[in-house]
Amino acid sequence: MIHKFKLSGYNILLDVNSNGVHIIDDLTYDLLDYVEPPFEAECPAEIVDKLKDSYPEEDIRDVYSEIVELYNDKILFSEDDYEKFAETAIASPIKSMCLHVSHDCNLRCDYCFAATGDFGTGRKLMTFETGKKAIDFLLRESAGRKNLELDFFGGEPLMNFDVVKQIVEYAREEEKKVGKTIRFTITTNGMLLTEDKMDFINNEMSNVVLSIDGRKEVNDRMRKRVDGRGSYDRIIENFKKFVPMRGDKDYYVRGTYTKYNLDFSEDVIHLYEQGFEQISVEPVMAPPEMPYAITEEDLPKIFEEYERLSKRIREILDSGKFINFFHFMLDLEAGPCAIKRLKGCGCGNEYVAISPEGDIYPCHQFVGMEEYKMGNLDDGTFNKDMKKEFAGAHVYSKPECRKCWAKFFCSGGCNANNYIYCGDIHKSHKLSCEIQRKRLECAIMMQAVKLLDKAE
Amino acid sequence: MKHIKTINKADLKASAEKGGCGKCQASCQSACKTSCTVANQKCEREA
Repeated sequence: MIHKFKLSGYNILLDVNSNGVHIIDDLTYDLLDYVEPPFEAECPAEIVDKLKDSYPEEDIRDVYSEIVELYNDKILFSEDDYEKFAETAIASPIKSMCLHVSHDCNLRCDYCFAATGDFGTGRKLMTFETGKKAIDFLLRESAGRKNLELDFFGGEPLMNFDVVKQIVEYAREEEKKVGKTIRFTITTNGMLLTEDKMDFINNEMSNVVLSIDGRKEVNDRMRKRVDGRGSYDRIIENFKKFVPMRGDKDYYVRGTYTKYNLDFSEDVIHLYEQGFEQISVEPVMAPPEMPYAITEEDLPKIFEEYERLSKRIREILDSGKFINFFHFMLDLEAGPCAIKRLKGCGCGNEYVAISPEGDIYPCHQFVGMEEYKMGNLDDGTFNKDMKKEFAGAHVYSKPECRKCWAKFFCSGGCNANNYIYCGDIHKSHKLSCEIQRKRLECAIMMQAVKLLDKAE
Repeated sequence: MKHIKTINKADLKASAEKGGCGKCQASCQSACKTSCTVANQKCEREA
């Protein structure tokens, strides 16, 4: 399978199964409409006939030969032979956990998938006892895995920060006993960030995700305090103080764009201009009837906006400055192995979420859905059949993924979005896929141009 | 080649043979929490 596209003046050709990327001229671009394996020794006359009014015949024959050469080198029209791996790597240990220490929040964001913090199940904080059980569960169920991850999530986790500290202290003792390392991360809206919390987080957490949507008016329209006032002024101040204190440690400022700010490249640039270099801004996921929801009619504007963003980011990088936009990160020369690329996020299989009550769910987005409760830490239940169901949700068991050129980049997309919007974890959420593919085209183009410049 | 410039020769097939060690990060955790991209992750296999 191949995928070709035109972007920013470049013709890009991706060989899906080898991950080979090529920059091609217009003739090659057009000729690829007419060829596929098996190839002949010389360019067939009917193909020459189709193109000879636009291009010299000799060039058409040359391009055909180049395509055949790359095919023989197995970096064009290469075979997809990964399916056997999808079925063999089923039973993965759990290595990653989302710990919902607080189903309460001090903001009332309109688009919150957690129903403004409580996931529809009532405002509640996790106890230290439940947190301990979660750590024990993670250390036990991770079997031979040494590198584990735990994200403190909510609601707003800083509303239960004493318990966060106790859990970290407990985990640090327990991980040593079994020779493992837990990388802690925290996702916060920043309202309660004080210097002592910043110090603790900087000492203990390898990454922090700081929620802010961008420009003040954009942020405050959706991210409101309980009394309806905006949150921007407080959080921007806290984040500006916090990020430099992190030194070399990772962080992301992470925003959501909606129908109200389809010019979201302005928000990315706004965040950059506030001094942040690690930025993630993502489309809201919401039922189409919500006024802020992104719908299919918004796609042309969104596509344009990603192109605009890629241009602005290239300008920043070309000027010798640094910015990293999460969804344009791509390593075309290495990156994760093919096996990793078959299964996506690992939700319900390598990754679980724990509610304040100690209920186990496949991921944070499934929390509160009774039909997807996998078990409970208090009664020791854990539904291994459901784990298997998620382990089997890979690019070959999702019909739309099978035929999609982006499958080895996005790896099957978000199972939760599939379930919420299409009723089945195997049914791809079309809108997410369309946006994902556009982001990937931009990312591939940016990386290809970078590598081309390096080579020249 | 005159018409096609190959940018990378990353061969996913070779990575499949040696892959699947599982030491890498679970992808959804890293920064997004609402959309999944895997190809932006680092391989953490020890040499």
